Amino acid sequence: MHGFEPKIILFLCNWCSYEGADAAGRGGKEFPSRNLREIRVMCSGRVDPRFVLEAFRIGADGVLILGCAPGDCHYKTGNIEALKRIPLLERILQQNGIKNDRIRFDFVSAGDGEKFARVTGEMVKLLKRLGPFDHA
Amino acid sequence: MPDKPKIALYWCSSCGGCEESVIDLSEGLLELAERADIVFWPVALDSRLKDLEALDDGEIDLSLINGAIRLREQARMAQLLRRKSKVIFAHGTCAHLGGIVGLGNFHTVQEILERSFRDVPTVRNLGGILPGGSVEGSERGPKLSPLIDKVMALDQVIDVDCFIPGCPPPPELVGKAVWSVLEGKLPEKGFVFGDGKALCHTCPLLESKPEIIRVKRFKRVHETDWDPGKCFLPQGIICLGPATRGGCGSRCIQANMPCRGCFGPLETMEDHGAGMLSFIASMIDADHEDEIRRITASIPDPGGLFYRYSLPHSILGGGKGTET
Repeated sequence: MHGFEPKIILFLCNWCSYEGADAAGRGGKEFPSRNLREIRVMCSGRVDPRFVLEAFRIGADGVLILGCAPGDCHYKTGNIEALKRIPLLERILQQNGIKNDRIRFDFVSAGDGEKFARVTGEMVKLLKRLGPFDHA
Repeated sequence: MPDKPKIALYWCSSCGGCEESVIDLSEGLLELAERADIVFWPVALDSRLKDLEALDDGEIDLSLINGAIRLREQARMAQLLRRKSKVIFAHGTCAHLGGIVGLGNFHTVQEILERSFRDVPTVRNLGGILPGGSVEGSERGPKLSPLIDKVMALDQVIDVDCFIPGCPPPPELVGKAVWSVLEGKLPEKGFVFGDGKALCHTCPLLESKPEIIRVKRFKRVHETDWDPGKCFLPQGIICLGPATRGGCGSRCIQANMPCRGCFGPLETMEDHGAGMLSFIASMIDADHEDEIRRITASIPDPGGLFYRYSLPHSILGGGKGTET
């Protein structure tokens, strides 16, 4: 897929991962900002599975949800609640014809600009290989 | 004597259970026949298409249409009934949300036809005939109607006034809906007959439902002995009551079966499956990915479970085939 630039809906938790994204920027890390459409949420646990389905319906090629590392959640376990939904969500997506590589959940701490850059970079690389997702 | 109100009933892609829900009005059906003229009801009366076509536009006061729209012919009939009717009710889950038939949207039409008419071991289809073509050796027909690409709920094909949920709807609910029109008390457009709240609120087992539920494995009813006097969820059996509209009279629960969601999602829930997924995932008693995956694996078919009745009305709608 020559010249294809995937669109990723990126859900960032307010307390850690959003800061992690900031840290990546401040630290001058290279990450694929033009592929990211970030949405700040108060907690990764706030990301209703409906948001993910909706993201694919309106044309996202991938969805990335980033939350605090285990034990660091501002609301104690919101990140774990988010993690618990992922395997079921993957299977629902698969049954709807969407590959699991198009969704990813990961932990990114406030200072971890490096991980933010790595995870977003990996996702873009993977999606470029997969090509665009066309729901319509 | 003034004209009686006119009623029509029609079935599309359905099992016949909704027609039963009309028959099960029992004496109420006699009352209805006295109060209204049933002008079109192919499954029970000698109704002809030409009689329906001969009616003026808007002459029918109420049409109840059950079943999903799977065939081109069904879409045509729904459109004809829409033109002839003042009020249309989607009758039963298939018409409301797509229903069991709607699970077909996880597959392409071609896959479904090959499977049903050629591959099934109990079928011998020597000519390899599929719906859509004419029957061999018959000049004048009959022709089988072609399938449309996707199963649709009734309101995805025509304008629908109100919805009677249920698979099938309880007869009392059908009666209530029909009489609302006869008595001039038609609810606002888009109204769904049934409760505004989740089934749990009226469930006879509600007392035994804990505030927080955590399970290590999900079980199916044949895999476990369970206490029928207690809420299914803490016993590891998935019951969809928390995400499903009440108003069914807890029929399944009273027959010792968990809710499967036929009354559809709560009003605030755009996607029934996403709502179910959220509450079921919250029950998983684990905080590490490997164990979460292990517990999740005890649900064999999440798509079929969460979208059993609502796939055509879900956000992704079943997709358009497997990504290669």
